[in-house]
Amino acid sequence: MSGLQDNLIEVRDLRQKFGQQDILRGVNLDIPKGETLVLLGQSGGGKSVFLRHLIGLIRPLSGSIKIEGEEIAHLSERELEPVRRKIGMLFQDGALFDSLTVFDNVAFPLRERGERNEKVIREKVARALELVSLQGQENKMPVNLSGGMRKRAALARAIITDPSCILYDEPTAGLDPIVSDTINRLIRRLQSQLQVTSIVVTHDMISTNHIADRVALLREGRIHFNGSLEKLHSSTDPVIRDFIEGRSHEID
Amino acid sequence: MKFPYSFPLTRAFCLYLGQLALLLGETFTSIFAGRIRWRLVLHQIVEIGFGSQAVVIITGIFTGAVFTAQIFFQFNALNMSTAVGPVVSIAMFRELGPVLTGLMVAGRVGAAMSAEIGTMKVTEQIDALRALAVNPVDYLVVPRAVAMMISMPLLVGECIFFSLSASYFVATTILNVNSVFFLQHMWSYTHNKDMVMATTKGFVFALIVVFVGCQQGLTTSNGAVGVGRSTTEAVVISSLSILMVNFFLTMALNIIFPAGGHY
Repeated sequence: MSGLQDNLIEVRDLRQKFGQQDILRGVNLDIPKGETLVLLGQSGGGKSVFLRHLIGLIRPLSGSIKIEGEEIAHLSERELEPVRRKIGMLFQDGALFDSLTVFDNVAFPLRERGERNEKVIREKVARALELVSLQGQENKMPVNLSGGMRKRAALARAIITDPSCILYDEPTAGLDPIVSDTINRLIRRLQSQLQVTSIVVTHDMISTNHIADRVALLREGRIHFNGSLEKLHSSTDPVIRDFIEGRSHEID
Repeated sequence: MKFPYSFPLTRAFCLYLGQLALLLGETFTSIFAGRIRWRLVLHQIVEIGFGSQAVVIITGIFTGAVFTAQIFFQFNALNMSTAVGPVVSIAMFRELGPVLTGLMVAGRVGAAMSAEIGTMKVTEQIDALRALAVNPVDYLVVPRAVAMMISMPLLVGECIFFSLSASYFVATTILNVNSVFFLQHMWSYTHNKDMVMATTKGFVFALIVVFVGCQQGLTTSNGAVGVGRSTTEAVVISSLSILMVNFFLTMALNIIFPAGGHY
């Protein structure tokens, strides 16, 4: 890490509670520009909740979230819009608009940002769909796509405006290994070619090994581990070992 | 605990009214700030206005017809059969036209709005809108609100027109009321203020249907069960609100546009 000013995202003492349940109990995390950070953690451990805080979809109970030095924790919906334009987000189930075709879904962010030239829109959509290997599916409705195709179309929608940061919520969950590999390669390519900062929430270790510059492990609402992939694999911490090796301590 | 928080129902009611007021405020701020997507407004006018015509016309025709018959049966005994026209006309303009249109639209459009927005909420599509820096109120509520405010007074007018046409047909052809007297009396007892009252009520009921429907949709949770519940609540709340608000509107509007008199 090279100095605070190079951090795209800085999270300090982030706390969140749903009802009586503490979800985040003081998360501290810095994400430098251009880095791919993989956030590991058990299902239901608050990874997605954490991710949603970074784009202002959930307001923190307390703590600070800075995007490029700007505090976003207390911004209103309208004040958050410029921040959100810099960030793309891939939702767990894609969250495609089911009243629009694949083409219109992918073109949606362009049109909403004032692009009126249909030729430019068509070219950009074709390029984005090609990146996620979805050529020829433009006229289908989301309901007619498989889970993997929906996720890839959603990824095309998230990257079409060339955001400087992309948040991935379980990008490979429920996908076959080949499609997962396509997504992993795409994440790497976006990082190497466009220096996109990525935060990937997952519990897929194959994907983690493929894409991560750095890994953080969220456990019981706090960052339990934060370091390189090598450091993760060489760790002797039993919690980390259990996670990497997929061991539970439940009695049969 | 202090009043009104010691009463959970009172608290829930106040909270709900507060949420509705905030949504109303946010929507009108967007409208006045010019954040209107006219393409979506046109789409909603077709969905809401154009699509509701059949329901509203049929409601109007049969209400007008049956009301005419009942009034005739009573009035004819008193030898006042030509008074059927004015009674039906004033009832349709001042009360039945707007209320019945409101109820039919609440059932058809309010339910659809709540179900559509509710499904978008539970499938993260609303969050996706927000993540793409698109305000859900601007994108979902404003076009529906504008479309409703335009469509509803027209639908009320349509309902009244067809109910009075049906009334004329039933009175003159089936019940043998003199058509000249019928029209003359109906015309002289129906005033512009009655039409203003009808459109004002239509406009207010449009606001009730659209804001209750959208609010229910935007606060949906718990998947498919939640969507079902929101839809039912949207129809129940908007229908009951229309009936209750109608009474207060009648009392208030009657001060501005007093009933009676003819010229």
